[in-house]
Amino acid sequence: MSSIIQVKDLNKDFGEIKAVSNLSFSVPAGQVYGFLGQNGAGKSTTIRMLLTLIKPSSGTIQIFGMELQKHRKEILRKVGAIIERPDLYKYLTALENLRIFGIMSGIKISEKKLMEQLAMVGLADRAHSKVKTYSQGMKQRLGIATALVHDPELIILDEPTNGLDPQGIADIRNLILHLKKDLGKTLVVSSHLLSEVELIADSMIIIDKGKKLVEGKVNDLFDPSETVVEVKTINDEIALEKLKVSQLGQFILNKRNDAILLKLHREQVPVVMKEMVQMDIGILSFHSKHSLEDYFLSLTTANQHVETVAN
Amino acid sequence: MWKLLQIELFKIFKRPRTYIAFGAIAAVVFLIQVALKFDGKSYIDLLMSNLKDSFDFNDDFKLDLLNGYLICFVILNTLLIQMPLLVALISGDSIAGEANMGTLRLSLTKPISRTQYMLVKFLASVIYTVALLIWMAVLALFGSMLIFGTNDMVVLRSEGIEQIQSFDVMWRYIAAFGYAAVALTTVSALSFLLSVFAENSIGPIIATMSIVIVFTILSEMNIPIYDQTVKPYLFTSHMVAWKGFFYVKADAEGTTINGSIENLPAIMRSLSILLIYIGLFFGSAVWVFRKKDILT
Repeated sequence: MSSIIQVKDLNKDFGEIKAVSNLSFSVPAGQVYGFLGQNGAGKSTTIRMLLTLIKPSSGTIQIFGMELQKHRKEILRKVGAIIERPDLYKYLTALENLRIFGIMSGIKISEKKLMEQLAMVGLADRAHSKVKTYSQGMKQRLGIATALVHDPELIILDEPTNGLDPQGIADIRNLILHLKKDLGKTLVVSSHLLSEVELIADSMIIIDKGKKLVEGKVNDLFDPSETVVEVKTINDEIALEKLKVSQLGQFILNKRNDAILLKLHREQVPVVMKEMVQMDIGILSFHSKHSLEDYFLSLTTANQHVETVAN
Repeated sequence: MWKLLQIELFKIFKRPRTYIAFGAIAAVVFLIQVALKFDGKSYIDLLMSNLKDSFDFNDDFKLDLLNGYLICFVILNTLLIQMPLLVALISGDSIAGEANMGTLRLSLTKPISRTQYMLVKFLASVIYTVALLIWMAVLALFGSMLIFGTNDMVVLRSEGIEQIQSFDVMWRYIAAFGYAAVALTTVSALSFLLSVFAENSIGPIIATMSIVIVFTILSEMNIPIYDQTVKPYLFTSHMVAWKGFFYVKADAEGTTINGSIENLPAIMRSLSILLIYIGLFFGSAVWVFRKKDILT
């Protein structure tokens, strides 16, 4: 499958701070590509570099097989994006906003087409209302409409479900899947809601502190033979101390606010549970979790875990 | 390019704050016109106070002086000092306001070069400035002509008075308004440059006004060392050169020469300096903006 985006050895420094470090990845055509990382991991900086808002310190970005810096206009004509919040002109109506960004995208769009775009995101009946009267969810949907107004081949959505209620999140998820399946678009979606990405992404990258941790197809990355177990105890500190000095210490993944996370093979779960009981660790609950979120946490908190355990 | 300019103008003139400046000008012009309509003679007496020992003016002559052309001159003298603030309201907001609203990042993901974006933004600010001046001309010149009628125009100078014949006035106003447009565009360009560095419009507006005020004070100060070293290079020293269009040459008998300008080279020099400032401010703004990382 051909790649729509190819990023190689991308770096971005803000003075002493290294926001992105030797990042390389490629986004396959016709897929939803998840861009995962904790806050401050470098997701938005990378996305801004893909959209020429930030100049890379070094490295190359190719989109549609063309060098981004050399063919900026040609590439951006085929890209639609929302970055973080979908901020629009609040004193203008939805239709006026859409028309403005349509014209800026370099195409002539009829009033009928604009209304169709608004209908697609469920805002046709509020087309003539000023954006300042919109709810957060409506602004988000209008932001997506502005990203799609010129029928781009590549759509980049940075945190598209931010500030939305569950129904709003479901609507955006369905819209993303519709864009991929029915219209054949390629989408790059970053989100802090990892469970959301799990539901929509075909491939993904996980970055932390500006570095790539892992990249690949979601199904391949997620090893079904492993699981993350969340253990709640009477006293986590004592439990951790006991685990660290035992042979179970190797399975400690992380310590959350109210639980200890262990990463285990499925067949190890009953054995470890039995041993913890024998070690007289006051177990309140023992819950096996198996999701992308746990996988993500296992990678992004690994360093923190090492420091915690070492201390 | 034209389409983008249309968008910018649409955005500017859709904002209620844009009309604050138009309203402020209308209010000031109206107040001056009303005051002079009802108490113009006192004003003329005040203007002529330092000439009363040399000349004896009768009341009819004083009322003749109080015509639309003089009223417009008085209004221009008053308003052109205040207008930089009104211009900065829009120019200072042009980039910083977009950054503050969050629309800058969305706009720059569109297939438009940053230079093109800046050019369109600046042109829109210039058009707004010209629109303000046209509005002022309509109210101050044509409005005053309608209310007070027309007659020969008298210009007071430190060394006496000059009388410009009625038919010789209108082209001078056209030139003066044209010059004022360039002067205010200089302020607009400064505010535009400062706007590139900020993420809300208050900063550039206040900074512009601070610079204009400090430079104006320096321009007006009578300190010999500044006269040659500082004043000639301050753009504010050249913003008032529009008055030169109303200073006429006189023949050997002291009669003013129609169609003449006392010191056209000085006006052209001032105009050139303002144009250089505009180029410098705008060029710097584009240079900085092209390199800028958009983090808002």
